[in-house]
Amino acid sequence: MQFGIFSVSDITTDPTNGTTPTEAERIKNIIAIAKKADEVGLDVFALGEHHNPPFFSSSPTTTLAFIAAQTKKILLSTATTLITTNDPVKIAEDFAMLQHVADGRVDLMLGRGNTGPVYPWFGQDIRAGIPLAIEHYALLHQLWREDVVDWEGKFRTPLQSFTSTPRPLDDVPPFVWHGSIRSPEIAEQAAYYGDGFFANHIFWPASHTQRMVGLYRERFAHYGHGDADQAYVGLGGQIFMRKNSQDAVKEFRPYFDNAPVYGHGPTLEDFTRETPLTVGSPQQVIDRTLGFRDYVGDYQRQLFLIDHAGLPLKTVLEQLDILGEEVVPVLRKEFESLKPAHVPDAPTHASLLAAKKETQKA
Amino acid sequence: MKQRKLVVVSAGLSQPSSTRLLADQLYTATVQAAAEHGIELDVQVIELRDLAHDIVNHMLTGFPPGALKDALDAVEAADGLIAVSPIFTASYSGLFKSFFDVVDKDALADKPVLIGATAGTARHSLTTDHALRPLFTYLRAVVVPTAVFAATDDFGADATLSTRVKRGAEELVREIDRREPVSVPDPFALTASFEDLLH
Repeated sequence: MQFGIFSVSDITTDPTNGTTPTEAERIKNIIAIAKKADEVGLDVFALGEHHNPPFFSSSPTTTLAFIAAQTKKILLSTATTLITTNDPVKIAEDFAMLQHVADGRVDLMLGRGNTGPVYPWFGQDIRAGIPLAIEHYALLHQLWREDVVDWEGKFRTPLQSFTSTPRPLDDVPPFVWHGSIRSPEIAEQAAYYGDGFFANHIFWPASHTQRMVGLYRERFAHYGHGDADQAYVGLGGQIFMRKNSQDAVKEFRPYFDNAPVYGHGPTLEDFTRETPLTVGSPQQVIDRTLGFRDYVGDYQRQLFLIDHAGLPLKTVLEQLDILGEEVVPVLRKEFESLKPAHVPDAPTHASLLAAKKETQKA
Repeated sequence: MKQRKLVVVSAGLSQPSSTRLLADQLYTATVQAAAEHGIELDVQVIELRDLAHDIVNHMLTGFPPGALKDALDAVEAADGLIAVSPIFTASYSGLFKSFFDVVDKDALADKPVLIGATAGTARHSLTTDHALRPLFTYLRAVVVPTAVFAATDDFGADATLSTRVKRGAEELVREIDRREPVSVPDPFALTASFEDLLH
């Protein structure tokens, strides 16, 4: 099982001291966070994509390529890459390029994006979000698998005799996760292609995630990619830890209370009860995270959000130390012991390349 | 007897509240009128005061906490709805509007609705028609012609309040009677095959 972190790249004022990092500082901080995640032995670092302040990450592949050059093992991904407002041709090119420079340590998560004006800024219409996601991905899928593409659709200028370069590393396209909070069509899309499905698992109650993952698993089997429990499931999550749980709650509360997304709303206690947010000791995080398996089954990827809401770099790096030293080793062992042999790990470039060679031999 | 579900939304704030008194009169009359049409109504009353924090939290976080989720599901599944608000500053209360702001935009489509409002004086009496009625019309509800407004005085000597209550209740029951029971679509169900979506 893979464990990692994902960042939305928000530049937020630290509510405890009123300081706000500059864009330059926050960008350098993210790189430090990704490098640290690699050092402490996490498997995945994923970065969001946004086209409006207070976020900086408009060009994730640039950032990830830089991180790739400075890290050794960690797999680089996105959370999410906007399949609606990006040109699928550019996604195909950017991520194939990233695969080459990162020696295959790359996959990506696709999402639609829910910021209304981003659509018109990129010449699209949010009301066509689902059809856009479906058509764009169908083209992306084809561009990575066919050297010469003739294509015509509703949302993009047609292509004739087009070759997306560079070709994917070893002719193995990056593995794709489809992220969605509540659109069954996206769970269906992931199932149709045999791709992964990633549930945000931050803003909504567990019962909701359970239904979405259940739908994806059922349809994955329907399309003949394997049994339902062999589908590729990823979950988000949100944690804050200190040795003593009271210290964690006390330290995290001002960040929670003022967070851009849910601040000034429910109490930390309400939100902890209603959603998978866990604030407490490392053992509490271990116990809660192991419990996710009870409602989504054995799953392949767990990503935590740890660097938002104005948390200072030092604190985030401390969280990574705790994750790497105390939490992930236990989770790895426990999840591994519970997982039946027929449930696959998350695909990597190496595993996809091996599978491809296997198929060619046969 | 046919079985149908009636949900009553009351946005009164005080305890006891005249808004709730009017809501009680409206649903009691509706239950009686329904019985005369051979319909047994299962009534659920939702007091928005109890959900006030949850409603704001839903707006701030994007998802409804448990008790609010149950209330929203009940409204969507109702065969008929009675919605009563106090009049604050020339319109329905902010809490009343906020609740209907987080109701799914399709949840009230073709749903029979009886509206009511309370206020201190009869000077607010047209608010039902210039504020509540357009709100529910926007949500594509079927708002019955009679809207029941009650000023504080109406709870005393005004014998016509009960006449209006009965008329509104009868109109609501006729609309419920004409319809099949509501069935709520599963939000996780796929409505088109992926091949159809793809082409």
